[in-house]
Amino acid sequence: MTGLLHRILGRLPIGWLQLWHNPTRLAAAIGGVMFANVLIFMQLGFMYALFDTSVAIHRRLDADLLVVGTDFQSLGHINPFPRARAWEALADPEIREMVPVYVSTLKWTDPDTNATTQFRVLGLPPNEKVFRDQDAQQWVPQLALANRVVLDIATRQLNPALVDRVQQGRPVTMEFNGIELQVVGTFRQGASFETDGHLMVSDDTFMRLFAGAEPGAPSLALLRTDPSRQERYATPHAEQLDYLAESLTASFPERDAKVMTLDAFVAQEHYFQGQQKPVGFVFMFGVTMGLVVGMVIVYQVLATDVQDHLKEYATFKAVGYSNSFFTSIILEEAISLAVLGFLPAFLLALVLYAVASHVTWLPIEMNWQRALFVLLLTFGMCSLAGVIAMRRLRSADPAELF
Amino acid sequence: MDDRPSFRQEPAICIQGLSHSFGVGQASLKVLLDVQLEIQRGELVILMGPSGSGKTTLLTIVGCLRSLQEGSVKLLGNELKDASERQLMLLRRHLGFIFQSHNLHESLTAIQNVRMGLDVQQLKPGVNRESASRQALEMVGLSDRIDYLPAQLSGGQKQRVAVARALVGNPEIVFADEPTAALDIDSGRKVVRILRQLADQRGTTTLMVTHDHRILDLADRIVKMEDGRVIDAAANVTTYAGE
Repeated sequence: MTGLLHRILGRLPIGWLQLWHNPTRLAAAIGGVMFANVLIFMQLGFMYALFDTSVAIHRRLDADLLVVGTDFQSLGHINPFPRARAWEALADPEIREMVPVYVSTLKWTDPDTNATTQFRVLGLPPNEKVFRDQDAQQWVPQLALANRVVLDIATRQLNPALVDRVQQGRPVTMEFNGIELQVVGTFRQGASFETDGHLMVSDDTFMRLFAGAEPGAPSLALLRTDPSRQERYATPHAEQLDYLAESLTASFPERDAKVMTLDAFVAQEHYFQGQQKPVGFVFMFGVTMGLVVGMVIVYQVLATDVQDHLKEYATFKAVGYSNSFFTSIILEEAISLAVLGFLPAFLLALVLYAVASHVTWLPIEMNWQRALFVLLLTFGMCSLAGVIAMRRLRSADPAELF
Repeated sequence: MDDRPSFRQEPAICIQGLSHSFGVGQASLKVLLDVQLEIQRGELVILMGPSGSGKTTLLTIVGCLRSLQEGSVKLLGNELKDASERQLMLLRRHLGFIFQSHNLHESLTAIQNVRMGLDVQQLKPGVNRESASRQALEMVGLSDRIDYLPAQLSGGQKQRVAVARALVGNPEIVFADEPTAALDIDSGRKVVRILRQLADQRGTTTLMVTHDHRILDLADRIVKMEDGRVIDAAANVTTYAGE
């Protein structure tokens, strides 16, 4: 390794040799970087699980544009709007189809286990296309009969016996608000931070389940544009949709609804979860704390190392080494610590992700972008600590050696 | 007859009217007063004097480690007055330093420590740094210790590694501060003999501060300082050596 570094750096890898010369100090430094990395990985894992699960259902909706209430912030806190706005949007020649969707939440207690599950319930018109993917869409027509429900089998801590009965085709009923619903199929959606799982019912069944719900006040309306319109415009599709969303919103006679593109709908949900809910701040704070703790530990190690070798560094100064040489040694140490701390932290994070995902039913998964991001953060953290530690090196005065 | 090659046409060090003080205002303390001194190339000069006489300050100024306040110092023909930090740093690459303490990097082997004295230099084509470092260690009698860490060497051996580090780049001037203080008489004389040999064979100039009377006979001359002044620029070597 020393020979390889010698070739890469074009000089003796003094920083690397210095680190390995004091194994106790090296272990402390690696432990510090590891701790910081694992903390950051876990915070990012939870944060992106929050983001991903919060918009997972959004991304499955088959829509170019959506009509929502003016006060729309998040699907978890959505308020209904007058359906007339959806019809008005459909009246625009650019819009080909409109599908009203009703959204609310419901608690269900499993009579076998007494466990309570919080479901997000989607009320859908059975004869319409709602989802892009067949896994979910294939069950929508099955909701045509009253009091039918499609169950999310990725629901958090769902009774396995219930799932088995459904998958074996045996009749299963679930009671909500005194109404018995027959499970006609399953789809896979999964839990989020706000809900344990999802249910699909018809719009009529939705009205029966939620006393306050009204057919004339959907939570959102999916709008699909005429596919041939893309060929009529020179501008990119995304820009056309942005423009169309703005013009439709402006055309509404009342300011009680607005039109958003699907991308804007997803972005608003991300913004709400990340910026407007404390949980987003908590995760970012955790990441920041990880960086600060890691930086302090690496700084302490590097500063102590500089202090212990001040005379040697002063000797190098005396023989004509420049400040950039000393900077390169400290950065060499910092980068070495970053790599040595990152690798075990990455492996540990993989294990902890698997454990956390199993316990929370959240999709906490590693991807190369996150690994690269944390590695770059670690390089930055260690380099900054190195730059601060460098200030001590300035006190190495070769004149004091005599 | 003296058959040493002559490198003495131009002075290696030329000091004129050098004064230096520490502190400012009323707390200012003058440590060098109107120092005049000329040292020729290839000379081995020992600087002697009581503590506080200004020897070390003079060494650090002439060695480009401290900036010059008043007067003129020409080192290898380069005026140090008003020289920038970078100019001083580049000039130091032509100098060798031997400190009282060896200051070896504990994580580097003997040969790696020596090589640090060479890596800062621009070498002529064909010069191999590894073999040059090896030769420097051979010169100080440590060819069998090249891969030893400082912790595995005795005090004298460490000091000889430091000497090899100072000499490996063929410096034109060597500044040494009590280089034999930590050595027994044989090791001490061995180190100074190497400097003597370099002076004779390569024309390397050495300016050495020492209180070690056991090595004075190896010097060309002794410069005596007192209260910040040079009181004798060519004191008799044999007189001191006999003390």
